[in-house]
Amino acid sequence: MKLGFYPGCSMHGTARELQESLSAVVGALDVQLTEIDDWSCCGASSAHSTHHLMGVALPARNLALAETQGLDTVVAPCAACYSRLAGARHELAHDAKLARKVRGVLDRPFENRVAVQNVVELFGDRLDTLKAAVKRPLMGLKVACYYGCLLVRPQAVSGACDVEKPCGMEKVAEACGAVPVAWNSAVECCGGGYSLSRPGSVIRLGRAILDDARKCGADALLVGCPMCHSNLDFRQKAMQREGDPKGPEPVEGDRPMPILYLSELVGLALDLPDEVLGLGRHFVDPRGLRRKLAG
Amino acid sequence: MARIGVFVCHCGENIGRTVDCARVAEALMDHPGVVTSVDYKYMCSDPGQSLIKKAIEEHQLTGVVVAACSPHMHEKTFRRAATAAGLNPFLSEMANVREHCSWIHEDRDAATAKAIDIGRTIIEKVKLNTPLETIRIPVTRRALVIGGGIAGIQAALDIADGGREVVLVEKEPSIGGHMSQLSETFPTLDCSQCILTPRMVEVYQHPRIKLYSYSEVEAVEGYIGNFTVTVRKKARSVDEDKCNGCGACTQACPNRKIPSGFDAGLGKRPAIYVPFPQAVPNLPVIDRDRCTLFIARSKGRKDACMKCAQACPKGGVDFDQQDRLVTEQVGAIVVATGYQLYSIGREQPPGLSGYGEYDYGDVPDVIDGLQFERLASASGPTGGKIQRPSDGKEPQRIVFLQCIGSRDPAKGMHYCSKICCMYVAKHTMLYKHKVHSGQATVFYMDLRANGKGYDEFTRRAIEEEGAQYVRGRVSRLYRDGEVIKVRGFDTLAGEPVEIDADMVVLATAMRPQPGIETLAQKLSVSYDGHGFINEAHPKLRPVETNTAGVYVAGACQAPRDIPDSVAMASAAASKVLGLFANEQLEREPTVARVDEGSCTGCFHCERVCAYNAVERKELRDRKGNLVKVVAYVNPGVCQGCGTCQATCPSKSIELQGFTDPQIYAEINALGGWAS
Repeated sequence: MKLGFYPGCSMHGTARELQESLSAVVGALDVQLTEIDDWSCCGASSAHSTHHLMGVALPARNLALAETQGLDTVVAPCAACYSRLAGARHELAHDAKLARKVRGVLDRPFENRVAVQNVVELFGDRLDTLKAAVKRPLMGLKVACYYGCLLVRPQAVSGACDVEKPCGMEKVAEACGAVPVAWNSAVECCGGGYSLSRPGSVIRLGRAILDDARKCGADALLVGCPMCHSNLDFRQKAMQREGDPKGPEPVEGDRPMPILYLSELVGLALDLPDEVLGLGRHFVDPRGLRRKLAG
Repeated sequence: MARIGVFVCHCGENIGRTVDCARVAEALMDHPGVVTSVDYKYMCSDPGQSLIKKAIEEHQLTGVVVAACSPHMHEKTFRRAATAAGLNPFLSEMANVREHCSWIHEDRDAATAKAIDIGRTIIEKVKLNTPLETIRIPVTRRALVIGGGIAGIQAALDIADGGREVVLVEKEPSIGGHMSQLSETFPTLDCSQCILTPRMVEVYQHPRIKLYSYSEVEAVEGYIGNFTVTVRKKARSVDEDKCNGCGACTQACPNRKIPSGFDAGLGKRPAIYVPFPQAVPNLPVIDRDRCTLFIARSKGRKDACMKCAQACPKGGVDFDQQDRLVTEQVGAIVVATGYQLYSIGREQPPGLSGYGEYDYGDVPDVIDGLQFERLASASGPTGGKIQRPSDGKEPQRIVFLQCIGSRDPAKGMHYCSKICCMYVAKHTMLYKHKVHSGQATVFYMDLRANGKGYDEFTRRAIEEEGAQYVRGRVSRLYRDGEVIKVRGFDTLAGEPVEIDADMVVLATAMRPQPGIETLAQKLSVSYDGHGFINEAHPKLRPVETNTAGVYVAGACQAPRDIPDSVAMASAAASKVLGLFANEQLEREPTVARVDEGSCTGCFHCERVCAYNAVERKELRDRKGNLVKVVAYVNPGVCQGCGTCQATCPSKSIELQGFTDPQIYAEINALGGWAS
């Protein structure tokens, strides 16, 4: 099955391992990802918070391109890109006036026909194929499924069954043989875009999430968003070193917590090599997980 | 030959300012059939009415048209005046030249012309009016009260004390309702049971009250003054005549771990049980879904346990008892079915949603308001000690959350549940009185304490009893080891707050009882989108429903506290007693009437009637052979809306006083045509 692929800025930069692992695993699910030709910014961060029309027109441009290139569905692995693309699609479908305005800005044919999927939905739609393709079930691997904000919210856009207690990632993890832990921080905030402007807050929030995951016995934390990944993986050293006077007490000596993209977890279950999955690109090395599984 | 009198009222300046009343009277004088036409400053005043009476006698009038205000205001006044002068009241009509003309126009000439036109339409109608006789219906002077909570008890006692018989139906094994579960009541902190149980006993002993406990209303037929009610007496499995309430059966039952509904699930009861010690009637009931014997029977096995029957000294346990249907004739019905509490769980009825952010109630030691009442009650599962359900520890930090579900369109309940602000304040006091070292914190949206002594009560909770009130909502509740993390936002301080609590009490929304829609349909009364019974008028007819003879009291109409419920119940009782004051009921004859000759029996009228007033009537010849089935409009039920008349394809139904020819005459008059 041919699906469109919208990489966004992170896939070629901080989240290379997400793109690498995703490209490596989709073949097993009978999916070919075709990158949208001439894609541009999704409008996240600056555009949508400063100029509403630009915040909608930018993702609409990418959807229009996908449409002309004959793609029915576009996979946006970054949660922020997903939110912008799916959000624009939803808004344009429900606001005829805005849709007319955006068409005028785009100056190209656009019928708003393209569906948008995030990684959780990509795997979630193919659970049976995935189960059949698993070569090495991740028996006993305890994972904390972390959604953050944009994968499931707002409900009207994501169509998630439950934004407060989502379950899509858990189903994918179970299909891979892993065990999702019951924990409390699945939809808490990681600090998002404040990573650079208020690192203290991001460290405090991230630490609370990781402490909860540790307390609930998770071996690894699953994410579907490059921003979450960078905040929780890259900042983990800072969390241990600086700590936070207001933050909760460390548990189990602040055991490092590998942060895995969902596609990397699938890759592990498909028994793909570390290099292909980009596992060497993490700040907290997740490669020990495989050894743990082997042992 | 018609002899119509026209009386144009100035209504002080109300009409006179914009309408030239003298000119209207003068113009209408020339209308065919009019024999007298005068104007006067206040037609509804005594001299004004005398003017009409004198004219009727003097001119031998066959019809009266009063061009004045809306018929809602003074139709009755002028019809009484006509009657006094010997004219059939239904030959007097009003032409509304105030609400429909003077109040809404400014141009005096145009308004005067319009007033003349309005006058002409009514004159033409009155020419076709026929004398109508007031309908008299016999009244069964006996009332049914549905629901034996405080509202139902109060209504039943008031009606019975007023000298009329009452049938009280309660679906639970005992009357008392939610009030019997409460520990102490606001704003006086008096013991709920101490004030309630005497009334329960009074109901039981009252010579004019017939109590059906553990029973439900199965069917309702008939109309105001003449209802036939079928009551299902559910099988108690205990013979009411033999049982002396000794309690040996409940002691003998080996199956003692069933969550007690009376204790809101916090206590346990056996399979054969009396809900609480002061239950009325003091008769046990077997919970057939939990009884070992009945479970065995449902699986086709032989009777496994008969310990209760063996223990009974009177042989009163009857495993083979069946539900019984009994019929009662009543003239009025009071609906007082009360409320249930919303629960935050994942499973919700259509239109509502639960609280995922509070883990759908799966966090231990998060309880609702009624459960806290049971914990605080001396007769409760902990004997009045505040202990958390999970480990029995005394909570030192307790957090109350208000507006759980209420005032939250996202959860499906837009309305304020009204009682929570008060009972939460009460809970903080009860807690403080029992746990002196404890700290109570309340998250609230607004404090709505509007009632006598209510605001003083909440101030006392805050200022004297040390409750900490935080204005804001709680976004997350989750368990962290032994404690419950309560994370919210203090909107006054403008900052997030996080509190570690040992126990959390949710003031969940009040909802009508399950099955209220079915009951409302049986009674033909309307209900709102939440299932609360609609009153006939929110201000002027608060305890009547849109079905004549059916009244409403208590929390089944909207969230209500005890004083409101009792006041409503007494109001409903007084309406019932008013209805029962006469042996016959008088009704306006403006009801639909079927021409049986031309009726084809299509029953479109039956389908469109909102009041179930259309019945099927068999027409037979002299030998008794069926000729045809025609529609019959029950004049006791018909509200005169006219929908059937408009629907009837063979023009066989006419609404008396508003027949097609009368309406057409009005329309034709607008075109200048007069008969």
